[in-house]
Amino acid sequence: MLDALLQLLWIVAKILLIVVPLILTVAYYTYAERKVIGFMQVRMGPNRVGFFGFKLFGLGQPIADVVKLLLKEIILPANANKFLFVLAPVMAIAPALAAWAVVPFNDFMVLADINAGLLYVLAMTSLGVYGIIIAGWASNSKYAFLGAMRSAAQIVSYEIAMGFALVGVLIMSGTLNLREIVLAQRGGIFDWFWWPLLPLFVVYFISGIAETNRAPFDMAEGESEIVAGYHVEYSGATFAVFFLAEYANMILISSLAAILFLGGWLSPFASVPVVGDTFLAQGSILWFLAKTVFFMFMFLWLRATFPRYRYDQVMRLGWKVLIPITIIWIMVAAVMIVFGVVVRGS
Amino acid sequence: MNVIIRYFKSLLLLELFAGLRLTMRYFFRPKFTIRYPEEKTPKSNRFRGLHALRRYPNGEERCIACKLCEAVCPALAITIESTLREDGTRRTTRYDIDLFKCVYCGFCEESCPVDAIVETGFLEYHMENQGERVMDKAQLLAIGDRFEAEIAADREQDAAYR
Repeated sequence: MLDALLQLLWIVAKILLIVVPLILTVAYYTYAERKVIGFMQVRMGPNRVGFFGFKLFGLGQPIADVVKLLLKEIILPANANKFLFVLAPVMAIAPALAAWAVVPFNDFMVLADINAGLLYVLAMTSLGVYGIIIAGWASNSKYAFLGAMRSAAQIVSYEIAMGFALVGVLIMSGTLNLREIVLAQRGGIFDWFWWPLLPLFVVYFISGIAETNRAPFDMAEGESEIVAGYHVEYSGATFAVFFLAEYANMILISSLAAILFLGGWLSPFASVPVVGDTFLAQGSILWFLAKTVFFMFMFLWLRATFPRYRYDQVMRLGWKVLIPITIIWIMVAAVMIVFGVVVRGS
Repeated sequence: MNVIIRYFKSLLLLELFAGLRLTMRYFFRPKFTIRYPEEKTPKSNRFRGLHALRRYPNGEERCIACKLCEAVCPALAITIESTLREDGTRRTTRYDIDLFKCVYCGFCEESCPVDAIVETGFLEYHMENQGERVMDKAQLLAIGDRFEAEIAADREQDAAYR
């Protein structure tokens, strides 16, 4: 009895250890987003709100934003389905956080080391779309509904390309367990899967952007045509939860890209002679974080650079370009394994 | 052939990478932002900000109540009443400017024969209560006293062109 209780407490502690830094990262990711996009538009970004009278480059901004959002009124539209309206943000955030259970931060730091980790991640990221559809439907607003429809169609389409891209990883690694997928990439920088699976890597990241409804695939929000899409009617804390879910998903996609294609916590210098003995060559959580931050930056960089796709262009890209590329490269990957061009777990 | 070249160009995302390179270059550019209260943009000596009534160096007010400014004001923002003072000169008893009516055209300053009413370079003012928008003679003179050095310097700089 006591053992079970201790076990439970230990798991809760581990969950907190993942979720609390994640939420803090989300808060400062919004700050980084405004700062990076500001810099790319040759302006400064937020630089006023600080702590205790020091401006500190505006580092207090996300805290101020959170406090503002939490204190604001939650407006329930008159003809909205109240239950679903409140449930929708929960449906969006729950899978976004749950998917983090199987993410390995290094070779022992993982909450749930399950053997079907990749399938679990795919399932969780797919579930996120229900929150969006329900939000659009429950709001009883044309704009929200249009945004939800767009977003549902888009996520369903890009799910396929993303799934196929992951099939390539499965062929290369021969396992569904994320920790073992990383271990299968041991060796130098060219043993990581990004190199033999380069097209799948690019397709994975593009569909990851589309999955999270980020620019240039953010038609679900489409400020210019449908105001804000599925979350037009949301305000205050409920809006904050949607926001949190979107950014948690972005960070999840970034970390998965790092795990599946860039060797997770493995060091790029592992087989380089000079630094081979220093701590740089050791696989550690720092490498994992560095790679994740790189992809998180890519999200912002792409948003600052590209204009939004038109709806039919998004569909064309998903069905007629990305899916054929993935199918072809799955075959190439299979041939590479069968003929020993790439050896598993070398 | 062109179709094939274009196909491979778009497949390899060449133009998208060119775009990314451009934004990355701008990322490291010096920023245009002026951090306003600490940094300010340069201001012309002809800037037309808050109004002021000036005095002669001996302390005598310049305005002789000719009412040219009241006549020329396109927004009818100026109200003047005048009287004869004991020493026989004509002076204003009332000189009001409604700052909400004023369009800051500077015609009052142009029309003034004695350079009494001027628009200073001061632009950071605000009102907190009803009725403060109307500046009376005492307030205008006080502003003139406060900014006399700057007003004189600005006029001096512009004198050759008048």
